[in-house]
Amino acid sequence: MILDTRASIIAVAYIVAAVLLIVGLRKLSSPATARGGNMLAAAGVFLALAITLLDREIVSYWELALGIIIGGAIGIVAARRVQMTAMPQMVVLLNGLGGGTAALDSLSEYLRLSLVAPVRGGEAVSVVLGTAIGSVSFTGSVVAFAKLQELLSSKPFQFPLQRAFNALLVVVILALGVTMVMGGDTASTPWIVFAVALALGALLVLPIGGGDMPVVIATLNALTGIAAAFTGLVLHNQILVVAGILVGASGTLLTLLMGKAMNRSLGNVFFGGFGAATAAAGGPAGSAVAKTVRQTSAEDTAIALAYARKVVIVPGYGLAVAEGQHAVRELAQELEKRGVDVKFAIHPVAGRMPGHMNVLLAEANIPYDELVEMDQINGDFDSTDVVLVVGANDVVNPAAREDPTSPIYGMPILDVDKARNVIVLKRSMGTGFAGIDNALFYRDRTRMLFGDAKKSLTSLVEALKAV
Amino acid sequence: MTRELVLSVYVIILAIFTGYEVISRVPSILHTPLMSATNAIHGIVLLGAMIVLGAADTPVLHVLGFIAVVLGAANVFGGFVVTDRMLEMFKKKPEERK
Repeated sequence: MILDTRASIIAVAYIVAAVLLIVGLRKLSSPATARGGNMLAAAGVFLALAITLLDREIVSYWELALGIIIGGAIGIVAARRVQMTAMPQMVVLLNGLGGGTAALDSLSEYLRLSLVAPVRGGEAVSVVLGTAIGSVSFTGSVVAFAKLQELLSSKPFQFPLQRAFNALLVVVILALGVTMVMGGDTASTPWIVFAVALALGALLVLPIGGGDMPVVIATLNALTGIAAAFTGLVLHNQILVVAGILVGASGTLLTLLMGKAMNRSLGNVFFGGFGAATAAAGGPAGSAVAKTVRQTSAEDTAIALAYARKVVIVPGYGLAVAEGQHAVRELAQELEKRGVDVKFAIHPVAGRMPGHMNVLLAEANIPYDELVEMDQINGDFDSTDVVLVVGANDVVNPAAREDPTSPIYGMPILDVDKARNVIVLKRSMGTGFAGIDNALFYRDRTRMLFGDAKKSLTSLVEALKAV
Repeated sequence: MTRELVLSVYVIILAIFTGYEVISRVPSILHTPLMSATNAIHGIVLLGAMIVLGAADTPVLHVLGFIAVVLGAANVFGGFVVTDRMLEMFKKKPEERK
């Protein structure tokens, strides 16, 4: 097949765009080059978009311009205004938009093609998968957004036979898909696939608790990429296939990393009903033994910190909620002035999305070489004088290491209980996302400093200045 | 089996391996920007929406295409801007001069 001049220009531009995307992603492997990498990837995407305007099938431009201006303006304004603490919501929402676009692309291309002749075989397979996966990603992301934004409760929402019902929806989608591929479908079939997949996406994410969000966000990211790739197959557009697969690979990799960091399989996250099962296990058994916690004050904590040689701060979602990232930086700076060695220990699933704590602390200008990953820092806790746990809970629960009956047993944790002193900044004695009591709080070396994380940190800084 | 299908399978397989190799080098401190950047990259589905809307010839296709273009444009513009904002914070560090 020989391409004409216009088609050749488009094809070459798409190849250049693909190279830009790959080189851009490659540059994301270091903080120093990452910003340039993002720019290159953007250049690749915008090159592909601009050159698509040459496509012979595009006949009306004003509608296109209007849609791009409206959507682009919404995107840019939202991206500029969003608070860094709201980043998980923003990321998952943008992901959902892409999923929705992919679903609508596949659906409308199918409608358009079937005006001319029935769509069957491989093309129909791509249509069904592009529409279904994109729709699941769209409503799944919207529900995840609502949970993160606290429009919906972040507690797991469950109803009887939920799993059976979800399985039924999958079967319905597959069965309708088969009729579209083999023949026997009606005009309404693709619409039903679309609607059922939208319902499925919402129902899959509703039962998932807030703490599992890192896995969920990564999975939705992968799904949108895969949906985009199928849309590319429907449209016979290679750059869309390449970009979709790259995103799918990235999302899949992150999903596996997050799953590993929580010692959970994907099936367990999506179908396990984690929160519900563990609340029952942790409740009565935990309260049967009379256990006491020891409280401390900001002044005592400040003295302990001031005379320490090595301090490790463990941030968690509580820090993000209290917007305490700037206060924690002040505290770290104040300690460094006194010659204390300060490091931040970052658990892979701390917060609500992969890398959440890093972004939060980067916003507060904390140098990234002070942020240490779990595997690197775990050996150092023996020689750490004070560990300050700020709004983290399950990722420092020694039960994961010691108590085979604990629901989180086997999950890799930060071994803060090995440090000489542990001070836990916490709003109240509530349990973490998993609803499990934390054995750390009752240890002899642990002291609790109750209160809002930001206020506690600020009073620590004040007290430290007075020492 | 068509020649195009075979080529597509080649493209997909090579992209999977390329994606895996490139992405597995990204350190965990950059996982959020990575996710956000890949989010923006899949905004390239706007391209499909542009073709659908540009070629739309029924009212239903106009409506579906228009919604798709708005969603896709918000995805791609918002995604790259927000990623840039995040990465700007990572770049400001004094350590970076080393």
